[in-house]
Amino acid sequence: MSVSEQGLLVPDSGEFDLPVYAKPEPGNHPPLDFPGYRSTALRHPRQPLVVLPQRLTEVTGPLLGDGLITMGDADLTTQHAGEPQGQRIIVFGQVRDSGGRPVPDTLLEIWQTNAAGRYRHTREHHPAPLDPNFTGTGRAITDAGGRYRFITIQPGSYPWGNHRNAWRPAHIHFSLFGRAFTQRLVTQMYFPGDPLLAFDPIYNSVPDERARGRMVAEFSLDDTQPEWALAYRFDIVLRGPAATIFEEPHE
Amino acid sequence: MSELVTPSQTVGPYFSMRLPWPEGPYVVPEDAPGAVTIFGRLYDGAGDPVPDGLIETWQADPAGRFAHPDDPRGPVPDGDQAFRGFGRCPTGHDGSWKIVTRKPGPLPSGDGRTQAPHLDVSVFARGALDRSVTRLYFPDETTANTSDPVLQTVPAGRRHTLIAVPAGPGLLRFDICLQGDHETVFFDL
Repeated sequence: MSVSEQGLLVPDSGEFDLPVYAKPEPGNHPPLDFPGYRSTALRHPRQPLVVLPQRLTEVTGPLLGDGLITMGDADLTTQHAGEPQGQRIIVFGQVRDSGGRPVPDTLLEIWQTNAAGRYRHTREHHPAPLDPNFTGTGRAITDAGGRYRFITIQPGSYPWGNHRNAWRPAHIHFSLFGRAFTQRLVTQMYFPGDPLLAFDPIYNSVPDERARGRMVAEFSLDDTQPEWALAYRFDIVLRGPAATIFEEPHE
Repeated sequence: MSELVTPSQTVGPYFSMRLPWPEGPYVVPEDAPGAVTIFGRLYDGAGDPVPDGLIETWQADPAGRFAHPDDPRGPVPDGDQAFRGFGRCPTGHDGSWKIVTRKPGPLPSGDGRTQAPHLDVSVFARGALDRSVTRLYFPDETTANTSDPVLQTVPAGRRHTLIAVPAGPGLLRFDICLQGDHETVFFDL
């Protein structure tokens, strides 16, 4: 190591290797311009994107968690004096990268409607009742195996005015950081068998059908708690290492 | 064999229920030595402010280092640990946002070259199915900016969209245009 002109500690050669995060396959993510979702029209870049090489700023990222999470953040049913209305559910899963490695100690943030399909938000005007016992927001940190678990209420569907008779399928918003700027992800979790999925431009904006399926949770009878709550498994896959030709052979 | 990743979806109009937190815009306190306030507005393709957007920033510390295991230069020295270069600010009704931080140091590119001080910026919004990624550079780094390996790849006529504008002592302005004549340069990461 030596000190550069800028006073930096750098490896002597000034050259070093960094992790490389694979580019998602075409069709894995939605396009920014998607006419079926009208609000994309004025909010997508029209100029070509410039390729950003993955350097130090891109392969690092905020390792959040300490001090942000308090008891009860992961249980959306116990944040008020009384119990919220609706179907109690457990939403759990593993956060891993596309190479199959668990992503430990990473922050998940979620927000959703109440059982009636109403968000607790000042700009929300859907004439469905608010629930004084439900805020609809939560946080959790993955454990060493990348696992997380929320307890919440089955969210409702709501009209959103994008087109005639437009209703969002029930969903929970998820925000994740992973371990690197490249891995940052905001997505939505949907429920299996929801008849509105077929008509939802936001869900259907993802070109690859298999990738769309990644956003649909799986009902788990094994994890359902008798006499208490249904369980849905939602594994989340973030960008992982790019394959290299120098990879060690596996036994 | 690698798996498909979970696709991105829009943050929608109600992310402010959860994502903003009070200290989010303050990477450092406003009265910290060397604090600089970066502020600006987020605009759509019609030139209208975007009132339901979210700006996030990520950057090196003033020495150009990251408190992160994948920074090959090893742990940052004791005393600098408190700096966590992440900022988050929702846009207001007029599209305005701000981040209070310290200017990062220059940092090695890994190929023997040096990157000019910069912030990586993510823009989320209702109507955006994925984030848009841009970079913010500093106006008082003319020499470093000229040799920055990333800025060099940006068409010369558009580089200015990535360089903040001085707006007074300790103040920098950085407007972000999602589309239109003044469209900010966005990156494919």
